[in-house]
Amino acid sequence: MPDLLIELFSEEIPARMQTRAADDLRKLVTDGLVEAGLTYAGAAAFSTPRRLALSIDGLTAESKPVREERKGPKVGAPDKAIEGFLRGAGVAREDLEVRDDKKGQVYFAVIEKPGRIAADIIAEVLEKSVRNFPWPKSMRWGTGNLKWVRPLHSILCILSDEAGTEVVPLDVDGIASGNTTRGHRFLASDAFSVVSFDDYEAKLKRANVVLRADERAEAIWNEATTQAFALGLEVVEDRGLLTEVAGLVEWPVVLLGKIDDDFLGLPPEVLQTSMKEHQKFFSVRNPKTGRIERFVTVANMETADNGATILAGNQKVLAARLADAKFFWENDLRVAKEGMEPWLDSLSNVTFHNKLGSQKDRIERIAALAREIALSVGADPDLAAQAARVAKADLSSEMVYEFPELQGLMGRYYAEAADLPADVAAACEEHYSPLGPSDDVPTAPVSVAVALADKIDTLTGFWAIDEKPTGSKDPFALRRAALGVIRLVLENGLTLRLFERMFMASASHVGHIAADEDFGELARAFDVLAENLPAELVAAFAEQADKAVRERRGLDEPATKDRADIKFGMARASDLVSFFHDRLKVFLRDKGIRHDIIDACISPIQGAPGGVTPANDDLTLLVKRAEALAATLATDDGENLLQGFKRANNILSQAEEKDGVEYSYGADIKFAEHDAEKALFAALDAADAKIAPAMEAEDFSTAMTAMAALRGPIDGFFTDVQVNADSQVLRRNRLNLLSRIRNICLSVADLTKIEGTS
Amino acid sequence: MADKPRSFQEIILRLQTYWASKGCAILQPYDMEVGAGTFHPATTLRALGSNHWAAAYVQPSRRPTDGRYGENPNRLQHFYQYQVLIKPSPPDFQELYLGSLSEIGIDADKHDIRFVEDDWESPTLGAWGLGWEVWCDGMEVSQFTYFQQVGGHDCKPISGELTYGLERLAMYVLGVDHVMDMPFNDPQAPIPLSYGDVFQQAEREYSRWNFDVADTDKLLQHFLDAEAECQRILDAPADDPKTGKKIIMVHPAYDQCIKASHVFNLLDARGVISVTERQAYIGRVRALAKACADAFVQTEAGGAAA
Repeated sequence: MPDLLIELFSEEIPARMQTRAADDLRKLVTDGLVEAGLTYAGAAAFSTPRRLALSIDGLTAESKPVREERKGPKVGAPDKAIEGFLRGAGVAREDLEVRDDKKGQVYFAVIEKPGRIAADIIAEVLEKSVRNFPWPKSMRWGTGNLKWVRPLHSILCILSDEAGTEVVPLDVDGIASGNTTRGHRFLASDAFSVVSFDDYEAKLKRANVVLRADERAEAIWNEATTQAFALGLEVVEDRGLLTEVAGLVEWPVVLLGKIDDDFLGLPPEVLQTSMKEHQKFFSVRNPKTGRIERFVTVANMETADNGATILAGNQKVLAARLADAKFFWENDLRVAKEGMEPWLDSLSNVTFHNKLGSQKDRIERIAALAREIALSVGADPDLAAQAARVAKADLSSEMVYEFPELQGLMGRYYAEAADLPADVAAACEEHYSPLGPSDDVPTAPVSVAVALADKIDTLTGFWAIDEKPTGSKDPFALRRAALGVIRLVLENGLTLRLFERMFMASASHVGHIAADEDFGELARAFDVLAENLPAELVAAFAEQADKAVRERRGLDEPATKDRADIKFGMARASDLVSFFHDRLKVFLRDKGIRHDIIDACISPIQGAPGGVTPANDDLTLLVKRAEALAATLATDDGENLLQGFKRANNILSQAEEKDGVEYSYGADIKFAEHDAEKALFAALDAADAKIAPAMEAEDFSTAMTAMAALRGPIDGFFTDVQVNADSQVLRRNRLNLLSRIRNICLSVADLTKIEGTS
Repeated sequence: MADKPRSFQEIILRLQTYWASKGCAILQPYDMEVGAGTFHPATTLRALGSNHWAAAYVQPSRRPTDGRYGENPNRLQHFYQYQVLIKPSPPDFQELYLGSLSEIGIDADKHDIRFVEDDWESPTLGAWGLGWEVWCDGMEVSQFTYFQQVGGHDCKPISGELTYGLERLAMYVLGVDHVMDMPFNDPQAPIPLSYGDVFQQAEREYSRWNFDVADTDKLLQHFLDAEAECQRILDAPADDPKTGKKIIMVHPAYDQCIKASHVFNLLDARGVISVTERQAYIGRVRALAKACADAFVQTEAGGAAA
């Protein structure tokens, strides 16, 4: 079984593309070989800044011959049909066989594909892989047409077995394959030939090239930590940087350098970011002081002076960079200590989104919202509003202009410098969180208030201007914002009328809805929707929206809920609420709660005005109720109760449809004939007495248990009692009894939404 | 390896001699205000079409927003770039480049020279290419690019382009910390001159003019004039009634494009262009560059049949 070695040698491949490219090479070539009928035992791919390499062992020496028969058209069929068949089968007319079939004579094509030797297949597959390589960006060079990430210089492609090594001949745009490669650009640049993968890897190492990226990374890390340890210091871990640096060198040489004392007063994050972003340096920390005092740079070169010149050069470049950073820091501190006013003013010239106004407008909205939310999250309203007002001031600072990734963090430093309360400073940093699903959620009340206000303003704003996420596109990270709100509320156990809050926050964006928008259709749709909302909420929305529109456009029309733009705004706000419910379902599904259970709890509770109650508007309560319902449905009683409820509901609905009336009131125990019927009356009375106060007290598990306890009496009733009795009085009474079952169950959750096993 | 150079001008002279020895035509700077050596027609226009080309030159460049009154150790509103363009890019272009570093005293055996990904794009020229910034001991010393598109046209063949930031490179080679302290001519000369002796006063004057004094109304008018003139030149019929020859006036039109671009940079420094307008202005300059590129490929130098 021969082994295959391929190397594609080029000018420097961007570090960020190397790992993926090695994987792609392995996949393209092995898939191609397998598709052509070869098999192999193992394959591994490697990358350095100047080469991609692939080693495949245990390759079959040739593919097996393949014989295929295809049935064609009848003899005497039109020429067109026969020609089409010939094209498809890839044979000539004289090669067709005529065979007898049930319905007469038919053409048959026998396609024989002889086995092919591995070298032929490899040459074909490799050329195709090179020509179709999925580089994120590729280029041409010189006079050629070939595309590669940077100019491709040579192709090494050899097959080796016990008998020896052979070059697999191929030629891609004038680059002929061979058995030679080159070592390090400066340390060992002569070409040399190789006979196998082991030989290749060993000779590369002698020529100052470490083939394996993980070996380079490990060497860098070990050497860096050893050198730091010798000085009683530690290297700040950074996996991403390590991978990148390992992709910038073929022969890593670790050099530890000093940071001038002048710069040690900079915040550690600034030192770290500046060194990493501009110079690809690792930070080295003094564990005693927590300060960043040194750096590690990784050269690709061994020199006679052991890197002294290289290190001196790097230190000088760093000093120039840090001088810039220090200049920014000192200027920024001056502005911060004077109260940040110039920053806040300049934010009015920064557009947040051209339809949503400036950053300053946005900050004003967030401050107002944070103030409103504050009490529900246990924060001081004044502090929350103050924090919201300064939380984004650092966006105008020179440091954040230079290093956008330091936003928030610099805000905290500057707020501290301005002697603002600690809660406010913390909010400057924390209000962006959580950014990802694994990011920590802030817990400090002021931070939570600002974080919620920021995200709700973003969501309601983009919804108002109809910039919502579609499919895979979410340029404003609105799904992330929604998830952030959900986690902020749930993980802090907040009691907050979230959807009502969001609905009202949308009102302040009605002014952003383009005046020339076609309000017609959505506004009409909203008329239906409005019936499901409490009248006070609708009225409050109209008033708030009108104020926003006046401020923005100087409009002078009376504020009524019938105005088209206001209705339109409400329709979009309602749409946001349903988007939010969807995100909630996704979030809870990941936590193991079924979507239909969430639906049952989101669905408006029967009898609530406008259908909106704390039970489905307060996220924390909603989830608690969903968890209780899930737990109940998992019990035997719960499952049977669900069946009983569905049966009651079905019979009732059919009867209501048939009779054209609603049976909702008046079941009287005096018409109860059977014991089971009487027992159900008693059980319903008992359940009523427990469920209503339990729901009131938000004690969902008591309510659910009481509901599940109805299972026995309901089962007994259906066993012994015929609902559709001949006597209309009895029938009506029993239907009204069923309606009590329905009402009691629906007062807990909308069980009609549960997908049952019925 | 030659001795270390001792002055700014010696570095320039050595680069000139080196690239001349490698077969480049040593051109002179273009006689207009440009933001970078790329704007020289010897790069922008000559990267287009099928004719082969090899040129090297110094190009004084102006970036009004970078003015610091001559105070900043390495920021200037007027500086020099050294530019090399070879079409088609030779297979040993990287080695040729490393040879030029050695010529000016950067010995690859003593330093850590790296090619770090940096893709080049000029929105005003409608041009892009792939390549690297070249690092020497952690400092960027050159930009190395394989041009893929210029003025919206795919390049074929591909040009290899090198840009050396001369002040920064020379400061590194000469071990100088502040650009104004750098020896311009030989420090042993009877009249030794520093970079500051030559440029400090001018930097101060231009910084004030660029930021605060330039007449923005007039500049806006200059922009409109240059834009209109560029279009008018290109709209003129190709056939010249006087000589009876086909004369497409690409270079005069391109001069107007360069002018518009520089005026835009000045307006930007004066702070009168808002963020949204900025994109629109860049788009207008790009439209001129594209129109010039379209015209150039119709000419002999652009590879069209004579």
